[in-house]
Amino acid sequence: MRSVRRVYLYTRFERFWHWMQALLIIGLGITGFEIHGTYTWLGFAKAYMWHVRFGLALVALIVFAAFWHFTTGQWKQYIPSFERIGVMLRYYTQGMFRNEPHPYKKSELSKLNPLQRLTYLVFKILIAPIFVTTGLLMIFYNRWPEWGLNWDLGTVATLHSIAAFLMLIFFIVHVYMTTTGRTLFANIKAMLVGYEEVPWEEADVASVGD
Amino acid sequence: MRLRRLRRVGWVLLGSLALLGARWWVRPTPQAAPASGATPERAAAEETSTADHTKFEILQQPFRTGPEVTKACLSCHTEAAKQVMATTHWTWVYQPPTSNEVWGKRYDINNFCVAIVSNWPRCTSCHVGYGWKDDSFDFDNETAVDCLVCHDTTGTYKKFPAGAGHPAYEPKEFPPGSGKIWEPPDLSYVAQHVGRTSRRTCGACHFYGGGGDGVKHGDMDSTLAEPPKDVDVHMSPEGAGLTCGDCHKPQAHAIPGSRYVMVAKDTHGKDLPESDGFPTSCESCHGLRPHELGKLNDHVDRVACQTCHIPAFARGKRPTKLWWDWSVAGDKARGKETDEHGWEVYNYMKGEFRWGKNVVPVYRWFNGQMDVMTLGERIDPDKPVYINEPHGDARDPNSRIYPFKEFRGKQGYDPEYKLLLVPHLFPFHPDDTTAFWKGFDWGPAFEVGMKTAGLPYSGRYDWIETTMYWPITHMVAPAEQALKCQACHTRQGRLAALAETIYIPAQSGHPWLDPIGWTLTGLTLLGVGIHAGLRMVGRRRS
Repeated sequence: MRSVRRVYLYTRFERFWHWMQALLIIGLGITGFEIHGTYTWLGFAKAYMWHVRFGLALVALIVFAAFWHFTTGQWKQYIPSFERIGVMLRYYTQGMFRNEPHPYKKSELSKLNPLQRLTYLVFKILIAPIFVTTGLLMIFYNRWPEWGLNWDLGTVATLHSIAAFLMLIFFIVHVYMTTTGRTLFANIKAMLVGYEEVPWEEADVASVGD
Repeated sequence: MRLRRLRRVGWVLLGSLALLGARWWVRPTPQAAPASGATPERAAAEETSTADHTKFEILQQPFRTGPEVTKACLSCHTEAAKQVMATTHWTWVYQPPTSNEVWGKRYDINNFCVAIVSNWPRCTSCHVGYGWKDDSFDFDNETAVDCLVCHDTTGTYKKFPAGAGHPAYEPKEFPPGSGKIWEPPDLSYVAQHVGRTSRRTCGACHFYGGGGDGVKHGDMDSTLAEPPKDVDVHMSPEGAGLTCGDCHKPQAHAIPGSRYVMVAKDTHGKDLPESDGFPTSCESCHGLRPHELGKLNDHVDRVACQTCHIPAFARGKRPTKLWWDWSVAGDKARGKETDEHGWEVYNYMKGEFRWGKNVVPVYRWFNGQMDVMTLGERIDPDKPVYINEPHGDARDPNSRIYPFKEFRGKQGYDPEYKLLLVPHLFPFHPDDTTAFWKGFDWGPAFEVGMKTAGLPYSGRYDWIETTMYWPITHMVAPAEQALKCQACHTRQGRLAALAETIYIPAQSGHPWLDPIGWTLTGLTLLGVGIHAGLRMVGRRRS
């Protein structure tokens, strides 16, 4: 029996930020795919109005989270480390099925494994900016001539939709990956309460601060 | 400690953001604009007139003919006839500002009764004059102007349908054999009760275009004389109670509102009650940002008001004609046939018809310009023949998406000269068997029609399908009956035909986007499923 220790992984703000973001993104997805024409549920007008509200709320949250990340220095969590990505991939595609231990140990100083770092970084510097830019552009579509923009609305909308499909795929994998913790719900629980039970072994000490 | 202070600053910031957001979040829901209450009372307007026409001696005579009445009118209104004679209502000639061609009813061709030439007495029963029964009509004769048809307030003055503009002067039957007798109006009584034009006087001709109530336009029929609010919110007495002249503001008897050159996009905005010389449009009263909901105002640069606010046309009592096939006319054995609604679908004099009520318009880009075919214009029989066609393009900032009634039919053409043929329908005299409605033989009817029009005819005729577009702008519904967003913002919505020309969310889209997007999503789910399965297998093995 390995001993475990409770690690305070996610601060109150991070948890608030994560779940707000989750709610807004789910809301944006539901309303967004209706606006896209995939189905009819709320009716276009309501779907549109809520999509814009959720979207602007998310922009506000992003601005705020960015402020938090830079003032607290937590942005460093997303600096990619490529050297152990191979190990991670090997674990997820092979090791996990043989019940091998997770090759990465979370800690207060390093909360994200290399795959997470990379994925979230791509989300932050690629997908989110595409979403926000194309989304805001579409809200202010009628001002384009005023601003001297002569872009094609269809292209901007298509970019927004591509980002949406990428987001949907991320969402599916992300939710699935929460079940790969020590127990099926360990990761979700950690994001709710802040603490995660991490195996405590001598060897782990070395990996801290990777 | 520094960290903690920063965190506190952060929470305060977040709180203020949330407050700001809430203010905008709970923006009031849009409410219907209040109905215009400032409707001028028509009756009151008449009472304020400074002239009581019953007191004019010159009008207290037993008039025998229309021109006699006109002569009396002109003895006071000295310039009225001159004014009328300068207008399209009189000349039936229209000089488009954008073309060197000459248009107007005198030279146009259509797919209803096709052309005026050789059919004058019937067609000119809607001319604002008396006696245009053939090519020799004197357009300079002031007493031939018909004042009463527009200024009658009694509702008793009617032009006889085949009287070249005259009313009946003795009881006459029309249509022949119908038993329907047209009584002569009391011209003296009518002359003493003249006044402003009304929906009824304008409608006496304009509701009946194409030879019957509601036939031609689709957005106008006799319902508009006293329309319920849901048929026309502007003209309904329960709505704004407007008359035609409130929007089609006459200036010296010239009445704006030609369908040859229209205003598809008004960027002037509110210009009433003092017109800036620009034709009255929706924007003249409602302005350029009429909706409370901002996103709706963002549509007005590309979508005409009519597109959403006239969800369907022919919403009155009468259906409108949608199809007219002349090629099967002349079968006296078939006589007349009606469908289950009682609408005439065959008439041996005219052929086969199709009708529609609550018809969804077709939508086209429109910059206000019409391309109009005139007599003698060659056609290409291998292509669809458009007798008129709205101009416009998504790339043209002056174009908007506009509703039209698409009217199709089959009419005669000369396969050799490639001309649409003028049929001589209405007999010149009771024994004129060259007229189709007398002899029921297309050969002589086309021959005489083309000869009278001064056009060549090879002697051969065939039938060809033609299309016309009638802009829809009347029968504006109350706001709550306007189209909802998803009428267009849905797959296969109303603007599906225009989805390639402009990006319409939910309707348009790159054809590869969804197939690729959903395939990748499906593969992801599959991958996750396989992964989960393998995990379960692994767990069981251990």
